[in-house]
Amino acid sequence: MAVVFEKPKSMADVTLHYCPGCTHGIIHRLVCEVIDEMGIEGDTIGVCPVGCSVMAYDYFNCDMIEAAHGRAPAVATGVKRTNPDKYVFTYQGDGDLAAIGTAETVHAATRGENIVVIFVNNTTYGMTGGQMAPTTLPGQVTQTTPYGRDPKLMGYPVRVCEMLATLAGTALAQRVAVNSVPHIREAKKAIRKAFENQRDKKGFSIVEILSTCPTNWGLSPIDALKRLEDEMIPYYPLGVFKDENAFPEKEGE
Amino acid sequence: MERNLMKGNEALAEAAIRAGCKCFFGYPITPQTEISAYLAKRFQAAGGVFLQAESEIAAINMVLGAASTGVRAMTSSSSPGISLKSEGISYIAGSDLPCVIINVQRGGPGLGGIQPSQADYWQATKALGHGDFQLLVFAPNSVQEMVDAVIKAFDLADEYRMPAMILADGLLGQMMEPVTFPEISSKPVEKPWATNGHGNKREHNIINSLFLQPDVLEKSVTDRFKRYDEIKEKYAEAELYKTEDAEIVVTAYGATSRVAKSAVNMAREQGIKAGLIRPVTLWPFPVKQYQKTAETAERFLCVEMSMGQMIDDVKLAINCSKPVEFYGRTGGVIPKPSEILDEIKKYAGGVK
Amino acid sequence: MAKITVNFEKCKGCGLCTTACPKKIVEIQKEKRNRKGYFTSTCIDDSKCIGCAMCATMCPDCAITVEK
Repeated sequence: MAVVFEKPKSMADVTLHYCPGCTHGIIHRLVCEVIDEMGIEGDTIGVCPVGCSVMAYDYFNCDMIEAAHGRAPAVATGVKRTNPDKYVFTYQGDGDLAAIGTAETVHAATRGENIVVIFVNNTTYGMTGGQMAPTTLPGQVTQTTPYGRDPKLMGYPVRVCEMLATLAGTALAQRVAVNSVPHIREAKKAIRKAFENQRDKKGFSIVEILSTCPTNWGLSPIDALKRLEDEMIPYYPLGVFKDENAFPEKEGE
Repeated sequence: MERNLMKGNEALAEAAIRAGCKCFFGYPITPQTEISAYLAKRFQAAGGVFLQAESEIAAINMVLGAASTGVRAMTSSSSPGISLKSEGISYIAGSDLPCVIINVQRGGPGLGGIQPSQADYWQATKALGHGDFQLLVFAPNSVQEMVDAVIKAFDLADEYRMPAMILADGLLGQMMEPVTFPEISSKPVEKPWATNGHGNKREHNIINSLFLQPDVLEKSVTDRFKRYDEIKEKYAEAELYKTEDAEIVVTAYGATSRVAKSAVNMAREQGIKAGLIRPVTLWPFPVKQYQKTAETAERFLCVEMSMGQMIDDVKLAINCSKPVEFYGRTGGVIPKPSEILDEIKKYAGGVK
Repeated sequence: MAKITVNFEKCKGCGLCTTACPKKIVEIQKEKRNRKGYFTSTCIDDSKCIGCAMCATMCPDCAITVEK
């Protein structure tokens, strides 16, 4: 018998610290599978956020940089502009990308930075104990919306992919999910497309990945998968919001 | 060597290129925008990266990213913009990364004014971000000194893996003076720690300032402070002007020191034994030079374009062994030599 | 012929793998806890395993290796 499924080489051989059933682990593995398949571990530099995945630098075997909260796209820009032949990706959560880091996210997309942004959307601030995120759904109870998010007081959740798809520098804006095997397979294809865009210098690529947070949702891991399907996907539809070359004159260069 | 007449800001920018700076990330703010404008043009020819960032916050984080990969990186701003960079600078220091930051000071606090000031001394030497750390802080007082300081800043920053700041002001940034660019003799420092892709030839590198175990974090800080101790031993610098027999020693840095020097010369013409001690590095502060001067001086007069910030370090350096008086203007007002002369006369002749 | 191997100490007993198996042969065993206190997942009938690796695909901890 031959091994047909095992941990990817670019993923460190350590136990992840994430909660049982947290889908961060699936997403880390998908990124590593893509890096392995493209053979680019030696040429990749990842930028980690502040959030549950702050210690992602211990989980990826490529070079890694820890950025301040929200600043990963700016750090990635500094890396990519001075090392244009390397692959650069950021890995960010709701608060990192869509709250404190909104300016850095939007401007990296505006500039069409040739980077990959992995955006883990689980509608909550996990690391700090489950507070409201820009992606928290209306009515969702969190530590800072104990009576449920009221749009009249807290505004509406932000749909990042749709927003970034309006920018000319965005090459790929795709939303996927990891709550089932078919969804996971689509997610991996999207991540692969994003890295290929970087290889082909097509512009800014973001893959928004709907994820679960069983601990702060107060659900079992399996029930959390169900909440993602029944409550998150209707508000955050899966699909491709933009898929084109943001710099067409560069094709074939 | 060729002498050029250059504006301070532009000389700073050119010096960075000569020093091997490969990228600049900045944002427009008066009175230093010429640095960005000059590099936007010059890097095209010189083969570097210029990027106008969306904010000073983004700019310092781009510096962090570039510096992580081992390239010489620089940013510049003025007072309010430097405040925005606080967090990023703390991360750069905590990640043991080299870089150069230029502050062309303007009046503050808040939006303040656009005329020169020296009110960011505390910020630069004591409070440029949370946590225990220091920056190298250079205080040039001429366009030539700014050029020399930039080159030295890049070398020392690389050698000691820390950020370095050129603390200039609007006067120095805007003035035009002749300047020569020295031949660069130093060799680039090896950076085996850089995250520039391991190429399957080494273990992966991590650039990080997070150390959750207290004893590990403590060690990372104390190791850094050992490097600081070495710098304090070797690189503190001051200019001593007519201090050997001076009874009243004026002390000032940057543009103010030039005004103070004029006042000292005017005082000497009137028979007053005045002198000037001018720190060239603000961190490390030239403690030994102040202590030596305090042996013979009767009194110090600290002159700053602020409400008095460096004065605390002067008093500490000499252990309050002699009186240290203060004269300052703030808000962007530049003191005149005659004002400083009046102060010298007030204290000269044994007035206690 | 196919089989899965669950890394006993890495498994956190989250149960995600049990939702993915098309043959419904992956379950959480309640006999023995690992060092972290979790009841781990296990294949209850190797003979039915088709080596599709859907359980491993669903696992957030790379705790499942699949052979075929």
